[in-house]
Amino acid sequence: MSRYSRHIVLSEVGQQGQSLLSTAKVLVVGAGGLGCPVLQYLAAAGIGTLGVIDFDVVELSNLQRQILFGTSTIGMNKALAAKNRLEDLNPSIQIHAYPEKLTAKNVLALFDNYDIIVDGSDNFTTRYLVNDASIIANKPVVFGAIYKFEGQVSVFNYQNGPSYRCLFPEPPKEGSVANCSEVGVLGVLTGIIGSMQANEVIKMILGFNHVLSGKLLCYSAKTAEITTIKVEKSAKEFEKVYALKDHLTDQYPESSNENEVREISVEDAFNKENVQFIDIRERDEFPQIEIPPNLQIPLGTLEQNLNRLHAEKKYIIFCQSGIRSKVATRLLQELGIPNCQSLQGGALGIMEHLKTKT
Amino acid sequence: MNLKIKYFGLLAEISGCPEEELEFSKTSVSELMETLFEKYPLLKEKDFQVAQNHEITSREMHITESEIALLPPFSGG
Repeated sequence: MSRYSRHIVLSEVGQQGQSLLSTAKVLVVGAGGLGCPVLQYLAAAGIGTLGVIDFDVVELSNLQRQILFGTSTIGMNKALAAKNRLEDLNPSIQIHAYPEKLTAKNVLALFDNYDIIVDGSDNFTTRYLVNDASIIANKPVVFGAIYKFEGQVSVFNYQNGPSYRCLFPEPPKEGSVANCSEVGVLGVLTGIIGSMQANEVIKMILGFNHVLSGKLLCYSAKTAEITTIKVEKSAKEFEKVYALKDHLTDQYPESSNENEVREISVEDAFNKENVQFIDIRERDEFPQIEIPPNLQIPLGTLEQNLNRLHAEKKYIIFCQSGIRSKVATRLLQELGIPNCQSLQGGALGIMEHLKTKT
Repeated sequence: MNLKIKYFGLLAEISGCPEEELEFSKTSVSELMETLFEKYPLLKEKDFQVAQNHEITSREMHITESEIALLPPFSGG
């Protein structure tokens, strides 16, 4: 029996459909809650070429929903960890891992190698970048997004259909919509929405008629209710993007905020005197760090705990790997704590440093 | 007319309910929004689209259908 016999036996797929799947090229942006189920089902289905881009590393708090990872992959880059798992799941397909951030500089060259883009990102900047680049590169996007117990799914820029900007023309004000790490998300919801995205990818490749284009599907995990909203194409929104064609890097500059954040290496941090370390991870994150002594203030509660900090003191902020601590450092600076630095490598870097010391 | 308003995502947290019935006597979508902003001032600060009878509508349109949905963008993944 072949690996794909349960597909091939379906009259709507057959040998011909399976060979369409095996020649398809799909890029998944983000190997998080949505990206994991998308990648898992597309790899299992035998999509010939699968790309995955993610700069982030696996953390303990991801494992509640990011099903391609395990405790043994904590600290690993997500794109690389996903590739390892998927190669075991299906060694007969090509998997390309890009352990980097999707930016205005790399996006068009990357999209060029694929037929379909799946948006499983977790922030509006990337979502609008994916939208704009997909219009410029003329690639369909399978969109999925979640909030707590609810999800949205749609297919954009498909056969002259609407784009994400036709639905939401501009990104919302920064900070007005919180992300998963701040508000939480039901783990299984990401599996449901990601599976719906994988389904749309397969429908497009097989040439099914009822692709979810021109419609936004809204799903509630609490009520199991599905509401489908019709979305019209707006020529104006497409023109806006065509005008950006040669200016993508201006529209999406390398996050200037990130450049402003001052970072410090573990070694330098340990040599510094009169500094207070702050662990901004969730309380249940592992490894627990006691050396150096530190204040534990989870990122989501920083603002409420501002009275525990002093503007004239020096702080070194750390998280698991050095990414969230940059967000926290920027936030603290905005809140009037000027002397803070983000620890490169985070708690994992501290563990490594302590190991080499002994 | 009697409207059924559905709130999605964080908008339901502001209204305190996923849906409610509302008696509305004015005409446009933007007038309906003013009514809702008075009832729920925090709504005013949020970005969302409005759908009438399962179709995205603009704020200038007249209310012609009884089912209204308020849809915010989600970014989570």
